[in-house]
Amino acid sequence: MNEYNGEIKKMMIILSKASLENVYAAFILANGARMEGIEAEIFFTFFGLEAINKKKLEHLHVATVGNPAMHIPTMLGGLPGMEALATSMMKKEMEKLDMPGVHEFLDIMKASGVKLWACKLAMEMFHLKKEDMYDGIGGILTVGEFYKKSAVLGSHMLFI
Amino acid sequence: MEKIIAGKTVNVNEEGYLTDFSQWDKSIATEIAREEQIGDLNEKHWEIINYLQEQHKNEVPLSIRKIGKSGVVDIEAFYALFPQGPLKKATKIAGIPKPASCI
Repeated sequence: MNEYNGEIKKMMIILSKASLENVYAAFILANGARMEGIEAEIFFTFFGLEAINKKKLEHLHVATVGNPAMHIPTMLGGLPGMEALATSMMKKEMEKLDMPGVHEFLDIMKASGVKLWACKLAMEMFHLKKEDMYDGIGGILTVGEFYKKSAVLGSHMLFI
Repeated sequence: MEKIIAGKTVNVNEEGYLTDFSQWDKSIATEIAREEQIGDLNEKHWEIINYLQEQHKNEVPLSIRKIGKSGVVDIEAFYALFPQGPLKKATKIAGIPKPASCI
């Protein structure tokens, strides 16, 4: 942590989940890094792949079950329509804050120089092809290839 | 605190942003741009600077998303014109406060 006095030069973010709150956390951290002149790359793995899956990315939901911060009983969180309700409420609040939707956010990150990578193993597991994914991704990588990209001083890695 | 930029004494905050826009002029912008390693400002830079100042005057909060939709410059070009944190550098050159935006 002593290089550059601990200053962050590159953020390597691994997104493994597809609930809206996790996807936005990853996107805001990556975009926020670029805004500060910090390099940023996101590795989409497991369910995180949904955030760059063309068919799924506009239909991500907030998790209402197993999320104590929702302040509703877990039993109610599982009722039909609850996730949709919570998601639409959250999207309204985000729009007020001028937060883009998932697709537009991907476009913004791409234009800002955030590199987007799909995990090879997870792609195979979910039977996904590059054509199924958002056009702006840089490619499909193995874990080892992703690690290599982080091999610079001041690089930090984050798992979401 | 006070700082001398382009031979003029101006008030800046601890990050070097002008705290009084009335002290701003083009020679100050040019010198801050050099300090920030942006180099010489071209016509497009000035167009963006004018846009940012106009938005600030109208109290519109600035964000990368809004810049992209402004019709003045797209996001990719904005990053290319002001490398290493375009919004914070461009606002500094424009003599307006650093935006407190995360998007």
